[in-house]
Amino acid sequence: MGFVEPKNSLVDLWLNRAESLTEHGWLEQHRLNAQARLQSMGLPNRRDEYWKYTRPDRLIESTVPSAVTLSSEDQSLFSNFEQIKIVFIDGVFSPEMSDNLEGQDVSIELLSQTKAKDGHWASDMYGQLEATGQSPVERPLATLNTALAEEGVLVHAKGATLKPVHLVYLRQNESSDVMLHHVVKVDSGASLSLLESGPAGARSNFVLETDIGAAGSFRHVRIQGRDHQRLAATHHFARLHQESIFKSFTLTANGALTRNECVIELLGDDGIAHVAGACVGDGDFVHDDTVFVTHDAVGCESRQVFKKVLRNGATGVFQGKILVKQDAQKTDGYQISQSLLLDEDSQFLAKPELEIYADDVACSHGSTSGAVDKDALFYLRSRGVPKAMATDMLTLSFLAEAVNEIDDDQLIECVVEWLEGWLARRRT
Amino acid sequence: MLEIKNLHVSLEEEDKQILKGVDLRVEAGKVHAIMGPNGSGKSTLSYVLSGKAGYQVTGGSATLLGQEILDLEPEERAAAGLFLAFQYPVEIPGVGNMTFLRTALNAQRKMRGEEEMSAADFLRIVREKAKSLKIDADMLKRPVNVGFSGGEKKRNEILQMALLEPKMCILDETDSGLDVDAMKLVSRGVNALRDDTRGFLVITHYQRLLDHIKPDVVHIMADGRIVKTGGPELALEVETNGYSDILAEVA
Repeated sequence: MGFVEPKNSLVDLWLNRAESLTEHGWLEQHRLNAQARLQSMGLPNRRDEYWKYTRPDRLIESTVPSAVTLSSEDQSLFSNFEQIKIVFIDGVFSPEMSDNLEGQDVSIELLSQTKAKDGHWASDMYGQLEATGQSPVERPLATLNTALAEEGVLVHAKGATLKPVHLVYLRQNESSDVMLHHVVKVDSGASLSLLESGPAGARSNFVLETDIGAAGSFRHVRIQGRDHQRLAATHHFARLHQESIFKSFTLTANGALTRNECVIELLGDDGIAHVAGACVGDGDFVHDDTVFVTHDAVGCESRQVFKKVLRNGATGVFQGKILVKQDAQKTDGYQISQSLLLDEDSQFLAKPELEIYADDVACSHGSTSGAVDKDALFYLRSRGVPKAMATDMLTLSFLAEAVNEIDDDQLIECVVEWLEGWLARRRT
Repeated sequence: MLEIKNLHVSLEEEDKQILKGVDLRVEAGKVHAIMGPNGSGKSTLSYVLSGKAGYQVTGGSATLLGQEILDLEPEERAAAGLFLAFQYPVEIPGVGNMTFLRTALNAQRKMRGEEEMSAADFLRIVREKAKSLKIDADMLKRPVNVGFSGGEKKRNEILQMALLEPKMCILDETDSGLDVDAMKLVSRGVNALRDDTRGFLVITHYQRLLDHIKPDVVHIMADGRIVKTGGPELALEVETNGYSDILAEVA
């Protein structure tokens, strides 16, 4: 018999922390459920099919390696937008830096201030989408979060919300281990934009559960940057109903290890779900997008567009699945994952999966890896653009397809500007 | 302006010589045309002069305004005043045409130690030059050459040329893929740039482009060398009799 990692002792070590949690009304039962679920599934290890390309070790170790904090210039991100700003420093809500949460056209509460035993709308969602998302693939880090998270926001959009809600994650502590669990409910016909930015923690474990009512729409733009050694595991569970719209885009720069999982269920007819990501990594960088889209209704559309720029030995991973259930006729599924390898040391590992039980569907997928286009590079240089700058222009060009998935020109501009800054810093 | 002496070039990947001793001198204010059959080395000459990778210079020299250019990076040659209008302009998705033009212009200015052009000046100049080439605001906004027709791509090349104001312009088969109207428009753009200080090297298969861009000197290239040089009448001779007579004559 070979060596077996003591899975459960690590789980116990983690769950010991539950004893020090403050008791919070309706939350309590969900935490206990999650603890029990985690006990039975254990934490991930390298032999798990969905952790084949990315080693989970650093994400689940009981101690956090420290990560140097950069100046928090990212605070200025999206600053040109009218917004409701909610700031967390090392995972702790900062009332001083945040906008007033009262009197907004969207209801926002903090998880830590939840008191009532029952009757809260979030009680029907917290940990529920996460639990559903465990099948057919287990995601223990999300369960760990449900069991232990002490903070997060509960956002309830009841109508059209004008200002985006911006969650800003600042860092001060070099070894902060941050866990946040957000719950977002968009009522029928309502709309909400959610922005997230900042490096968050030396290690972060985030869960976001989103339920979009019939004809509701949810737009999400997240920028994960820019500290180098940080570790992050995020899970976004989304549930769509009839004619609802979900659009999510993530940009990641730097970070030693980032695993972004997105689990989407299309439960009502004619829903639209787009999830996209762009990442830029240099050197000690592992970036993993793991996406699972389930079509469980008629006439839904889903798109996955992921682009990764890798250099100096950086690693990109993409695991994307489209599952079309038997009754999900007229499904339109699309998936593309591509990497731009700026040198020969970097690698891209992609596992696209389609599992289709309906017979009247259109699903396509593709995955490519390549270097900078030599002809395009020469074209730019022949016009006087120096090689490094031309390479950056082509890098932006490569990422454009993913960035353009954001359906707001102003936000696109923000993201492109931020990327230009990242590239320019590398040039000098 | 441009002086090429005994230029020998082979492919980097395989042992194949393409240019076998090209001698050519283009004076300021003059338009030289190079004609020649397929595979004679015309396009290779334009690529080698502008610095495309994949070629190895095995002998000879090329100077622009007295400066040796074959050792320079492509961007340095551009800043020195060389411009190649591509036979097949490259599409660059995700990079706006305006951004591209402005980046190129300011990069060249910076390399020459000049001040960058302000956004307002740039906008004014681009609009003015675009107008005469019938390039509309939409074409300026779209990603570089993406979704452009053949004619639009060539007009965009001439716009770049007009904006960057090079000393020496090389046009590589600019007439390929153009209908008569587009060719007239492109030629008008080129002619507008003709002056005493600028040299042109027009590479083409056909005489028809030279009806619109009237050359001062015509060269015939074959098998990696310039085999015959003459006035505009040489182009007409090619048009009437093809290359075989000339090649037989010089053989």
